[in-house]
Amino acid sequence: MPAPPLEIHDMTVAYHRRPVLWDIDLVVPQGQLIAIVGPNGAGKTTLIKAVLGLLPLASGKVEIFGQPYDQQRHLVGYVPQRETVDWDFPVTAFDVVLMGTYGRLGWFRRPGLAEKKRSRECLDHVGMSAYADRQIRQLSGGQQQRVFLARALAQDAQVYFMDEPFAGVDAATEQAIVELLQELRANGKTVLVVHHELQTVKEYFDYVILLNMRLIAVGPVATTFTTENLQTTYGGRLTILDEAAEAVRRGEVRR
Amino acid sequence: MSYLVAIVLTGTALLGCVSGVVGSFAVLRRRALVSDLLSHAALPGICIAFIVAGGKHYSQLLTGAFLSGLLGVALVTLIIRWTRTKEDAAIGIVLSTFFGLGIVLSSLIQRSPEFGGTAGLERYTLGQAANITRDDVVLIAIVCAAALAVVVLLYKEFKLFSFDPDFARSQGWPTLKLDLAMMGLLGLVAVVGVKAVGVLLVPALLITPAVAARFWTNRLGPMLALSAIIGGLSAAAGTLLSAGVHVDWLGFDPLAFGNNDSPLPTGPLIVLCVTAVFLFSMLFAPRRGMAAQVIELVRLRQKTARENLLRTLYELSEPELPRRPIVSPEVLRTERAWTAPQARRLLRRAEQVGYIEQTGDGPRLTERGLAEAAAITRTHRLWELFLIQGANIASDHVDRDADSIEHFLPSEMVDDLESVLARQGRLPAIPGHLPESPHELPSHGREAPRA
Amino acid sequence: MPEWLQFFLPQGGYGEGWILAVAVMTNVACGIIGCYLVLRRMSLMGDAISHAVLPGLVMAFLLTGSLNIGGMFVGAFIVGLLTTFLTQTLHRHGGVPADASMGVVFTSLFAVGVVLLRRYAGNVDLDPDCVLQGQLALIPGYTTDLFGYEVPRAAISIGTVLILNTVFIVLLWKELKITSFDPGLATTMGLRSGLIHYLLMAMVAGTTVAAFEAVGSILVIAMLIVPGATAHLLTDRLSRMLWIAAGVGAASAYLGFLTSARWNPDIEPAGMMAVAAGVLFISAAFFSPRYGVLSTLWRNVQTTSRILREDILAMLYRLEELGVRRPMGGREAAQAVGGGLAAAAALWRLLRLRLIEHAPGGLRLTDAGRDRATHLVRSHRLWEAYLVEYLGLPLDHVHAPAERMEHFIGEKLQYKIAQHLPQEQLDPHGREIPR
Repeated sequence: MPAPPLEIHDMTVAYHRRPVLWDIDLVVPQGQLIAIVGPNGAGKTTLIKAVLGLLPLASGKVEIFGQPYDQQRHLVGYVPQRETVDWDFPVTAFDVVLMGTYGRLGWFRRPGLAEKKRSRECLDHVGMSAYADRQIRQLSGGQQQRVFLARALAQDAQVYFMDEPFAGVDAATEQAIVELLQELRANGKTVLVVHHELQTVKEYFDYVILLNMRLIAVGPVATTFTTENLQTTYGGRLTILDEAAEAVRRGEVRR
Repeated sequence: MSYLVAIVLTGTALLGCVSGVVGSFAVLRRRALVSDLLSHAALPGICIAFIVAGGKHYSQLLTGAFLSGLLGVALVTLIIRWTRTKEDAAIGIVLSTFFGLGIVLSSLIQRSPEFGGTAGLERYTLGQAANITRDDVVLIAIVCAAALAVVVLLYKEFKLFSFDPDFARSQGWPTLKLDLAMMGLLGLVAVVGVKAVGVLLVPALLITPAVAARFWTNRLGPMLALSAIIGGLSAAAGTLLSAGVHVDWLGFDPLAFGNNDSPLPTGPLIVLCVTAVFLFSMLFAPRRGMAAQVIELVRLRQKTARENLLRTLYELSEPELPRRPIVSPEVLRTERAWTAPQARRLLRRAEQVGYIEQTGDGPRLTERGLAEAAAITRTHRLWELFLIQGANIASDHVDRDADSIEHFLPSEMVDDLESVLARQGRLPAIPGHLPESPHELPSHGREAPRA
Repeated sequence: MPEWLQFFLPQGGYGEGWILAVAVMTNVACGIIGCYLVLRRMSLMGDAISHAVLPGLVMAFLLTGSLNIGGMFVGAFIVGLLTTFLTQTLHRHGGVPADASMGVVFTSLFAVGVVLLRRYAGNVDLDPDCVLQGQLALIPGYTTDLFGYEVPRAAISIGTVLILNTVFIVLLWKELKITSFDPGLATTMGLRSGLIHYLLMAMVAGTTVAAFEAVGSILVIAMLIVPGATAHLLTDRLSRMLWIAAGVGAASAYLGFLTSARWNPDIEPAGMMAVAAGVLFISAAFFSPRYGVLSTLWRNVQTTSRILREDILAMLYRLEELGVRRPMGGREAAQAVGGGLAAAAALWRLLRLRLIEHAPGGLRLTDAGRDRATHLVRSHRLWEAYLVEYLGLPLDHVHAPAERMEHFIGEKLQYKIAQHLPQEQLDPHGREIPR
């Protein structure tokens, strides 16, 4: 059996020594649309960033198709949160999409005709070719998100991580994103999406990761996305975990 | 122009070009004031190089300046990493302490008999472009060529890293090394610039051309090129002004005010030239310039007002459609809380375009005006409907939102909205393609035309 | 007066008293107002303003024809406000990033100042060098009459500014505090954050001007930022922070003065004062009891060594629990927790604390040691049980996290965890959770 697209072993992630994700342990099946769901501050973005090596792990390990992330970068696509980017930066939508191909190019090589053609296809795919030459600030929120998605497509990855692609987009873009996700799945790709709208989880996704500082549940939407699990996820934080995290940060024990 | 001036000119112009390019990345990465830090922190390095190497050779001083500049940046990084002091304070602390140390060392150098007769601090604080020699220019050229080569080679990497560092890291680029490379370039150009424009004004050469160039273009490549041109030309212009070349052309010297006709220092003149280009760009650049934005704003206001007028006329005429009733000006004014002159002006403009015709009792929509007004009202109501049904916004807040937003909606989005509503079966099928307004119109609005 | 004391005190004959007094007043005036710059994360605005007031100073001088302090204040206020205003305008309406707009504005204004200075150099006994490093040594030379006493002019101007700054801070204490802490909240409470911001900038500009003449702009920047930042490393309370900042300012003035006056008169005192302030900051960064680098490192070392000691205790406990007869030797125990110097030190500490003792053939726990070990193992097993119960971790995954967490769970937390667990005394592996 081939290695799964993402496998996390005993992963704990800490900010300034204070653990924010505790002992995450999960395996994700291939070719599924996977929602990462949890309340604010549950560590959804932290999970993605830790997997992508943007945050150090306090413990545990992450494997993409059975290998450490460092060796599998070319198989991974990433859509960061929209707010993390400087939208005043002097680049056009096309430039941004082209950046998706940089990873494969390696040092010093400039994107050539093939990369440009591919990027144009990706832009076209998300219905943004008419805006290729627009500076990114001049796009609406939904259009900006589509450009980000196009960039991820240009990465030609096997597994995608998307941080709140549905945040602040219009209905048409939401529909377009959903169609795109389904298409990715049809092509055997695995997509993990940080998602906020509980109403649409069942409609859009096959698989769900419920998270609140720790893993609540992971599994197919039909069996895992239950009222009971949701209540555990949203039913307040575990005070014990909060206190334990604080104790670790202080690094001392009050006896 | 004398040979000497030509030498100086070559040096400063080259420097201006490279500062423009390297500074652009600093500005885009919100690191503009690091250039301030680098140039200030270079001073003790210059003094130490002077004391240790004894020489006045440019390359020795440059090395010292470069090292102490980078040490300053490293210290700032350490302070931020290890203490609760924030970035701004850390920069200020290192900058002023290093500069204080520079002052101490240079006071020792100046007053010690061993180095007696060396000129004051001023040549480092305000630059000494006039003393640039041929050897210096060669050195500047080498540094500039190296810096440009790095930027050209790493253009793709710098672009990606500056725009989206997280994404760059997720793709496996060594962002720390890229950061160091950028900082190294900035430091190199800053310390070379110290000789030409001085510690205090180096930031201007690094920051201002980039900021000015940004007004003219929305793409990185052109921005870098333009920034280089602005930097180079301003540096050249400042040098020429300082050499008095303009006096030959003009026949008099507009800079000869005051009671002292000694030549003005090159550094500040270069900075003033760059600032002039910046001011011009800020005011007159197409689209991003302030003048263009003011014009845009006025246009938008006019468009808004015209659309409001047409929509109000339409709503007032609605009960009697397809007949086009005459609307009383008073009703029109109370409807939108316009002053009489405002309303007159709007009506006059609309009449000129042919949207309304004046009758003795008041204005009424023309055929063309009716079509336009209907289209505007349609957009407006679609948006209102969308907000009410899609975003759960209370109905009485909607009118206001729609007023401000409908003018920003591109036509394709209107189609989108319509199709979304239609797909959900929520697009009211009303004759004439006009959905009913979702909120109660003010009663006099309906009765007025009949009155 | 003993001779050694004279070394540390200013000598009246050379006007040293006045030099020191002016320097101290300058630094204190800058230090207290600078605290707010540091807290508002606007330190570099101080840098910008102190550069940018140069043209204001020159213009005022040209218009009034003298180094009249009133005129210079007005000039500085205007340019200081102009700097603030232009920086904000470029940022908000020109779309220029905040830091870049600051850089553009202050360099431009400074360049204008230099050109003006050059053009009118004959009239102004200021030259760019003096602007940078001031003329502390000349202070006693320019005196004026105050209530019948002959007082250096600089002392009067800087004294006035010190008083004004103090009054400003005392009167607007609450407002400054709230707007520095949370401008949004301040606005909702009806305070005009913007107005306070401009007032503060005006005060900074005024302070800069008065200090300029005496100590130069570079010291002004140092004194606006460094004392405040130093104080911020030492305390969390605003009032205390201001006092400490004033103290740091005065101390740097004194240290700089002493170096220059006693050690090497060639040294420029203003520069030395900036260096002294920097050294004080670095010292605070290293030695601050709560936020210092050393105390952080020390805490880390302590935590690491505590964890090591506790690992040994817990190990011995488990061996006892398993009923292993043969006691563990010192070397063996050290090897088991990683070996090396740290492990040896941990063993030595444990022996000294009488938590373990030598027994025939090896080491064993004392009663006190067994107590501690019991606590640890209880923490460990409670955490394992908690992980299984609440995080749903499989059995073979809970040991490693518990091994990390056992060192951080105190009695209170133990109690709470136990309350959250079903009333069983067994950990998920079926071993007893000791009490």
